[in-house]
Amino acid sequence: MDPFSSIAVALENLLASLGFADWLIDLIMAVLRSAILGTVALLAFMFLTWLERKLIGRMQDRLGPTYAGPIGILQPIADGIKTLTKEIVVPKGADRWIYFSGPILAAMAALAVFAVIPFGPDTGNGPLVGTALNVGLVYVLAAGAAGIVATIMAGWGSNNKFAVLGTFRAVAQLISYEVPQLLSLVAVAMVAGTMDMVKIVDAQTVPFIFPLFVTALLFLISGVAESGRSPFDLLEADSEIVAGFHIEYSAMMFALVQMAEYIHAFAISCIVVTVFLNGWAWPFLPGLAPIWFLVKCFAVFFILIWFRGTLPRFRIDQMMAFNWQFMVPLALVNVIVVAVVDRALSDAAGWTSASQPWGWGLVMFAANAVMLLAALGLMSLKGREARMRDAEKARSQSAVAATGR
Amino acid sequence: MTAQQGFFVFFSLVTLIAGLRVVTARNLFHAAIWLVLALAGVAALFAVLDAGLLAAVQVLIYIGAIAILIIFAIMLTRGMMAPERRRLNSWSSTGAVVSLVLLIVLVQAIIAFPWATPGAALAEPPADSVVTLGKALVDPNQFVLPFELASVLLLVALIGGIFVARERRGGE
Amino acid sequence: MVEPFGFIGIFIAVAFILASVPVLLNWLIAPKKPNPIKEETYECGIETVGDTWVQFKAQYYIYALIFVVFDIEAAFLLPWAVAYKQVPLVGVIAMLLFIVLLADGLVYAWRKGDLKWR
Repeated sequence: MDPFSSIAVALENLLASLGFADWLIDLIMAVLRSAILGTVALLAFMFLTWLERKLIGRMQDRLGPTYAGPIGILQPIADGIKTLTKEIVVPKGADRWIYFSGPILAAMAALAVFAVIPFGPDTGNGPLVGTALNVGLVYVLAAGAAGIVATIMAGWGSNNKFAVLGTFRAVAQLISYEVPQLLSLVAVAMVAGTMDMVKIVDAQTVPFIFPLFVTALLFLISGVAESGRSPFDLLEADSEIVAGFHIEYSAMMFALVQMAEYIHAFAISCIVVTVFLNGWAWPFLPGLAPIWFLVKCFAVFFILIWFRGTLPRFRIDQMMAFNWQFMVPLALVNVIVVAVVDRALSDAAGWTSASQPWGWGLVMFAANAVMLLAALGLMSLKGREARMRDAEKARSQSAVAATGR
Repeated sequence: MTAQQGFFVFFSLVTLIAGLRVVTARNLFHAAIWLVLALAGVAALFAVLDAGLLAAVQVLIYIGAIAILIIFAIMLTRGMMAPERRRLNSWSSTGAVVSLVLLIVLVQAIIAFPWATPGAALAEPPADSVVTLGKALVDPNQFVLPFELASVLLLVALIGGIFVARERRGGE
Repeated sequence: MVEPFGFIGIFIAVAFILASVPVLLNWLIAPKKPNPIKEETYECGIETVGDTWVQFKAQYYIYALIFVVFDIEAAFLLPWAVAYKQVPLVGVIAMLLFIVLLADGLVYAWRKGDLKWR
């Protein structure tokens, strides 16, 4: 029995002894669990903003926040207090209902993912999860899709040309990168045989990042693009489209938008850990598994911060070309390869993820490696062709210029 | 009335009212947002009726893709930001008659259909409904032919839609 | 235990509260000094010119269209993927045919240059 379950059981017994009806106990427990999950997400958000600013600072050879509290740890709280006291300026002609509900819905969609992420194992009182939804993967994707509509509302509600333009580009990017995300989770569902997040953790005899390496890469990259982080942060580049779709939001509304983005990125990290890195699993005290889980999530988020500090921003046409001409075809090929190799292995050699985890994992990894090398090789070939064509064109143009005078 | 019936009625009301607002809203973008609400109501109805996969897929596809497509299509029309035009055109009287006839036909059909006895428990979905669905989609004895035809239909829609939406070449 | 979607409903309600409380607090605490200049829509420091309407390229619509088709494809793929281990080889081939047909559509769009951001 782990500490969290024990507390939950004790609380239920307390409520029952006070004479509450069964359904009321269930309701109260559900509300409490949601509140705790939501609070964990919000606390993680505050911690991650601090972590990001410190790490980005270090990567850029400076210190990051140091003023508020020791090592600047109280910075998020200071920011929160400042934001609360700023005036909400509603732009003229803005559509009140849509203007206000856009960011709120975006935050809700980002938070909604945490209802199905397992934080710990089943130690006698059910797994440590909000709810073991049997269509967890689809639910996670649907939450992302709902967030996109919220973005449209936020952008349109501002009654501002720049916001609307920023919104279109943002939505085009978001929906494009959702396709490889969907397809990579299809490959995961194939191999795990379920869409239930709790069962996916259990099905990982080998952490799926190993046999589904390309899938993990696709999901990570599209996840970064989906949450609008660098290097895909064209949506809010200050130097480009003047902060994009959230120009007209001030104070808490703006903070909500930021919150939605960070929580979305954190949710993606959590999904990566759950689906590819074996979730909460570790061989020691099962009661403290949530802590190990959070450590892993922060580690994946660190990779996201690393991306931001290192890579330059993509242009919108580069982003779209990368998605539709590389990621999506690779994702489709990945599904086909995983289907074929897994089926061949289980039919011919009887190796499945259950019976022969490491053998199966090794062959799948080899197949993934071949696929990746082929894809990169193809890209470099195309790149070389394009460069030669450009050189040809430049040469012929200079020849014309030389003789045409 | 059980809790399930209560929720069903609630979400049905939400969906119906949102649907009504879609066609009566003055601003086209507002109509799109009401549509999103109506679709969400349908997803909630699926969830109440224990069709979890359909609820999630409804949100994923209808709200996440089709509603966005509709909003984009709305934005392509110049008059979108302009205030409302007259909502009734010259066809409105014919439309009213046809709607009335349709209503009568539908009500007759619903009354005449042999539904299950009221009060009887709803049938339990199979425990692994998603797996059953997946198998049924590719089973030669079940739905594989409609399934492949659906893929052809999607292909045609994709090509046709792109072709129609493409901007005029040469005049760019 | 409350059935899964019941919990999701409650969670969404709680998430709504968690998201709106800060906004409410802000609205209550913060000063309110509306002022026509402050409420002007932002346009790089100059007055707004013309209607708030932006040239909407058809390219956006094409991306959305392709996305719809692939979204539906994924919706079919997901239940199949869950049943993948229990499906006979015929089923796997049927699904591969489905994927190839839609990949064909993508290739069409690619060759016609519709995937380029114009």
